[in-house]
Amino acid sequence: MDILLNPQLWAATLAMATPLALPALGGTFSERSGVVNIAMEGIMLIAAFFAVVFSYLTGNAWMGLLGAIIVGIITALIFAWAAVSLTADQIILGMAINIFASGITAYLLNTMYGFTGTPTSTPMLPTVDIPVLDRIPFLGGVLSGHSVIVYLMLILLILADYFLFHTNLGLRIRAVGENPEAAETAGIDVIKLRYLGVGLSGFFSALGGAYLSIAALNSFSPDMTNGRGYIALAAMIFGKWTPFGSFGAALLFGFATALSMQLQNTAFSKNIIMMLPYILTILALVGVGGKSVAPAADGIPYTPKK
Amino acid sequence: MKNAIKELYVPVLSVIIAIIIGSIIMIITGFNPITAYVSLFIGAFGSVNNIANTLANSVPLILTGLGVAISFRAGLFNIGAEGQYWIGAIVGVWIGYHFQGLPWYIHIPFALVAAMIAGGLWAGIIPGFAKAYTGAHEVITTMMMSYIAIYFSHFLLEFGPMMEKGSIPQSPKIQASAVIPFMVKNTQLSYGIFIALIAAAFVYWLMFKTTWGFEMRAVGLNQRASKYAGMNVPFNIVLSLGLSGMFAGLAGAVQMLGVQHRLYDSFTSGYGYTAIVVALLAKNNPIGVIFAAILFAALGTGSQLMQLNAQVPGQLADVITGLIIFFVAADKIIKLFREKFAKSSKEEASV
Amino acid sequence: MSALLEVKNITKVFPRVRANDGVNLTVEEGEIHAILGENGAGKSTLMNIIYGLYKPDSGTLKFNGEILNLSGSHEAIEKGIGMVHQHFMLIPVLTVAENIVLGSEPKGISYNVKKANESIIEISKKYKLDIDPEAKVKDLTVGLQQRVEILKAFYRNAKLLILDEPTAMLTPQETEELFAIMKDLAKKGISIIFISHKLEEVMAISDKVTVMRRGKTVGTLNTKDTTEQELANLMVGREVVLRVEKTDYKPGNVVISVKDLSVVDMQGIVKVKNVSFDIHEGEIFGLAGIDGNGQFELIEAIMGLRPKKSGTVSMQGKDITNLTTRELYKQGISYIPQDRQIDGLVLDFSVAENLILREYNTPTYARNGVIQYKKVYENAKIKVQEFDIRPTDYMLKARGLSGGNQQKVILAREVGYNPKFLIAAQPTRGMDVGAIEYIHKRLLEMRDKGSAVLLVSLELEEIMSLSDRIGVIHNGEIMDILDGTTATREQIGMLMAGSRYDSNAREAK
Repeated sequence: MDILLNPQLWAATLAMATPLALPALGGTFSERSGVVNIAMEGIMLIAAFFAVVFSYLTGNAWMGLLGAIIVGIITALIFAWAAVSLTADQIILGMAINIFASGITAYLLNTMYGFTGTPTSTPMLPTVDIPVLDRIPFLGGVLSGHSVIVYLMLILLILADYFLFHTNLGLRIRAVGENPEAAETAGIDVIKLRYLGVGLSGFFSALGGAYLSIAALNSFSPDMTNGRGYIALAAMIFGKWTPFGSFGAALLFGFATALSMQLQNTAFSKNIIMMLPYILTILALVGVGGKSVAPAADGIPYTPKK
Repeated sequence: MKNAIKELYVPVLSVIIAIIIGSIIMIITGFNPITAYVSLFIGAFGSVNNIANTLANSVPLILTGLGVAISFRAGLFNIGAEGQYWIGAIVGVWIGYHFQGLPWYIHIPFALVAAMIAGGLWAGIIPGFAKAYTGAHEVITTMMMSYIAIYFSHFLLEFGPMMEKGSIPQSPKIQASAVIPFMVKNTQLSYGIFIALIAAAFVYWLMFKTTWGFEMRAVGLNQRASKYAGMNVPFNIVLSLGLSGMFAGLAGAVQMLGVQHRLYDSFTSGYGYTAIVVALLAKNNPIGVIFAAILFAALGTGSQLMQLNAQVPGQLADVITGLIIFFVAADKIIKLFREKFAKSSKEEASV
Repeated sequence: MSALLEVKNITKVFPRVRANDGVNLTVEEGEIHAILGENGAGKSTLMNIIYGLYKPDSGTLKFNGEILNLSGSHEAIEKGIGMVHQHFMLIPVLTVAENIVLGSEPKGISYNVKKANESIIEISKKYKLDIDPEAKVKDLTVGLQQRVEILKAFYRNAKLLILDEPTAMLTPQETEELFAIMKDLAKKGISIIFISHKLEEVMAISDKVTVMRRGKTVGTLNTKDTTEQELANLMVGREVVLRVEKTDYKPGNVVISVKDLSVVDMQGIVKVKNVSFDIHEGEIFGLAGIDGNGQFELIEAIMGLRPKKSGTVSMQGKDITNLTTRELYKQGISYIPQDRQIDGLVLDFSVAENLILREYNTPTYARNGVIQYKKVYENAKIKVQEFDIRPTDYMLKARGLSGGNQQKVILAREVGYNPKFLIAAQPTRGMDVGAIEYIHKRLLEMRDKGSAVLLVSLELEEIMSLSDRIGVIHNGEIMDILDGTTATREQIGMLMAGSRYDSNAREAK
C-alpha cells in the first residue's frame, strides 16, 4: 500500500487531527475538573464565526483569532455558570448551547453577510515553513508547511500535559474532578477551579474553531464544525482523559479521515474506515484494552458546604 | 390537574423568555420582531397547506421524541436517536423496494416492524448492554452508534449494495405497495401522522398502564428502591434503551415510506437532536411530546416563510430552540423569577 | 498549666434536636481522651464544632490559650487542629504524597515531587508512621489509608488530633498498630481525642474518657479509675423503660433459622461473623447494636440484597439462602428498609403506586401485563384509612408526605399481607411520638397474629419495649441473646460496646 508512503497522507492526518485535538485537549481540562462539556461543538462554531468577523473587520487574522478566543471563553463561562453554579444538567445544557450556536451563527451570517457568505478577502492565519525541517525528504513534507495553529497546538499539548500533571494547580484541578468533597476539606475552591477547567476548554475549542475558519479556509459556512466537538469527546475518552492520549486519538481519527479522502474511488473502504474510530471508542468505553476510567466526579454537580 | 399546571410553568415560561430574547436579537440586527413572528405563525399555520406541512414535519419529531422520552423516563440519555432513525430508514427502504408483489397491508407493516426491531437492536444491544453491564455511559455509546449508522448508510448508498443503478447515490424508489399515501395534495403530509399519533397513545398506555412501564419508571426514578422491591434493574436498562431505539427507527421508516420514498445520501436529518429538545420540553410525557413536536415543527416550517417575507434568516428557529432548552435545563433561573414575582401560597409539606 | 483544649458549655441546636447541650471538655497536652456515647449522643457534632465545620450557638472554645471563633475547617487546621473522619477524604487515583500535600503544596508553580516526598518521609519518620509517598492510595490497605489521613494532619502541624471511630474499618492487627502509634504520639506531646463506642478500646488506650448522652456530657473519668460497667451505665443511663402493654409471649414454631451467616463487603472486610439465631412465630426478636456493627449488612444479606459469604437461612425448614429478593417476598417475607426515602419508596410515584411497589405484576393488580388501576386505587383507599396516612389523597406523590406518613405507607405495604416473617429496620426513625406509638402498636399486632418479627433498631428504648428476645450485635457477632422482659440497659449496653461479662452472673435462660 504505497498510499502510506505518501507524505501528503500524513500531513493531512495532522491537519485533520488539529480541529479534533484542540477541543479534545480542552475537554480534558473540563472533565478533569469534573464538568462534562458537550458544548464544545457549539463553542467551536461560535468561535469560528467570530474569527472571520474580527479578522475581516480588523484586516488582521491575529485579531480574528483573539476575538474568537474571547467569544469562546465567554460562551464557556456562561455554560460554566449554568452547569457549576446553578447545577443544571450538563448534558442538556451542552445540547442547548450547541443548538443555539448553530442557529445564531447561521443567523448572523445571513444578516451580516447575506447569502453570498463571508467576504473572500478575509485574512487568513499564516502557514509556517520550518527552516531546516522542510528540506528533509519525508518528514519535511509531513511536518512543515502547516498552519501556525498546528504548531501552536503542538506547543500547547506539551504545556497542557505539564500543567495538568506536574503543577500544583493541575493537581488541584484533578482533585476537584475526583473527589470535590475531599478537595474542599483541603481548602480548595471547587467552584473556581471548575470555572477554570471549563474556561480552558472554551479557549481550546475556540482555537479549534478558528482553525477551521481562518486557517484551514478563510470563510465560515453554517455548521462547519460538523460534529467535531462531539468526536473530540470521543477522542478524549479514547485517550483516557490525558492530553497526549487525546492527541493520539485525534490523530487516529484524523488518519481515518485523511485515508478515506485518498481512497475516494472505492467507496467501500472509505466509509468503513470512517466508522473505525467510533467503533474503537465504544470498545474503549466498555473496557477493551484496559478500562478507560473517567474522573470519579465527572458530570456530577457539586454544591459546596459553605 | 393542579399538578399538571404546575408542571407547565417551566416549559411555558422558557418558551416565552426565549421568544423575548429572540425579539431582542432581531431588533439588534435590524428586523421587526412582530412581522417576523407573524410570518412565522402564518408560515406554520396560515393555510391548509401550511398546517399540513407543519404536521408532516412533526411526524418524525413525535416518533423520535417518543423514543427519547422513553429513555429519559428510564433515567437514560439516548443521544443516538439520529442513528437509530437512519437504521430504521435503511431497513424500511430496503424492505420497501426489495419485495415485490406484496399487498400494502402486508408490505407496510412488515417494513415498519422490521425498522422498529432494527432501531431497537441498534440502541439496545450495544449501548444497552454496555451500560447495564459495564456502566459505559450511553451518551457516548449511542452517539458513536449514530456516526456508525450514518457512515453505514453512506457505504450502502455510495456505490454500495443499496445504490440505485446510475450515478446518483440514492436508493431505488420503494414499491408502490410500500408507499404510505399523502393525505393532503401538494404537501408532505402523509397518513404517517396517524401512525405517529397512535404511537404516542401507545407509549402513553405502555408507560402508565402496564407493569412494564411501571418498572421502567420506577427504575428511572430510583434504582435502589426498585432493586429492593425485587425489580431486575439491568434488564430494564437494556429494555428501555431498546424500546427507545424502536420508535426512533420507526420514525425513519415512516419518513421513508411516507415522504421521501427512497433513501438519499445526506449527512443528517436533524431529527435526532431535535427529538431531545422535544422530549425535554414535553417533560417526557408522551402526549406532551405531540405538542412539543408540533411546536418545533411549526418553528421549522414557519421559519421558511419568515425568511421569505420578513427576510429574517430561518436559523432564528434554532436560536429560539437553543434558548428554550437552556432555560428548561437551567430552570433555577426561572424558579428565581417565580420567587420574586409570584405571590405564592406555598404549603410547606409538614416534616 | 492550662489545658490545650477547653470546651466550655457548648450548645448547638438543630431544627428538631439539641445536638449539644452545655457540653464541657478539657484535654491536656499529650493526653489521649476518649469520647464515648451511643448514636445520636452528640459526639460528631461536638467534633465538628471543634474542627470548625459548625458554629456553636453558645459557649466557648479555647485552644492553646486562644479563644477560637472558627470560620471553617481551614482555620482549625491553621491553628493546629487535625481531624481524621470516619469516611476518609482521600483521592484514590493520586499518590500518598499528593493526597497529603493537596491544598498546601510546596511553594511554586510546578509540583515539586522531590520536596513533597521528602517532607512526607520526614514526618513519617518523626511520628513513626511508615508510608511510601509514591504509592497510589487506591492500592493501600484501609489501615495505611488511615495513616495517610493522620499524616495529613501532621503535615499541617497538628497539635490536637481528632479521630472519629478510627477502628471502625480496621482489622484487629491494624487496630493494634494504630494504638501503638497513638501511644507514641501522646508521648511526643500530641493530644488525641478519639471517638468510640467500643468499651474495650476505650479502656485499653485512653487516659481519660468523657461520656456523652443525649447531647450532654454526663461524666469525665480517669480511665484507670473506672470500669467497663460504670462506663456502660453512664452511656445508656439508668432510666426505667416504660414497657408497652404486651400480651403474653407464646412463641410457636421456628419460622426463620439463620445459621453461621457471614457477610463480607466489597473491600473484603468481614461485616457479619458466623451469626446464628432463630425466630419463632408470634415473637419479636430485637437486634440491638450500635450503628456500624453489621446489623444492616446482616438483614440485607438475608433479603438477598447483598451476597452471603457463607452460612444458611431457612424458613420453616425450607432453605431460602439462595433465593432472589423477589422470590423471598413470595415466600411471605416483608421488609421495611432502614432508609425509607432511598430504599423503600419511589418518591415521585404516588402513594397508591408506592403501596403496590412490590405487587404491581401479581394477578391481584395486573392482568396480562396491564395494571388494573381501579384495584390499585381501591387498595390505596383501604390502606390509607387503615393506617391513618395523611394527607388521605393517595394520588399525591410520596415526596410530599411527612416522614412519619411515608413510613406508614411502607408499613401499609409490607404489613398488608400478614407476612410470616417481617424485618423492620429502624421503623420509627425520625418520627414524632404519635407516629412511633402507632407503628409500635402495629408491630405488636403482627406478633400477636403469629408473625415472626426481626426488629433492628439503633434505639435501645424501642428494642427493650417491644422485644420478646433481644440479640446484641457487636463487630458482626452476636454477643448474646437475652430475655426481653428481664434484660437491663446495663447488660445490653455492655454487650453493645463489646464487653462480654461473666455469663454465670446472669440467670439461666
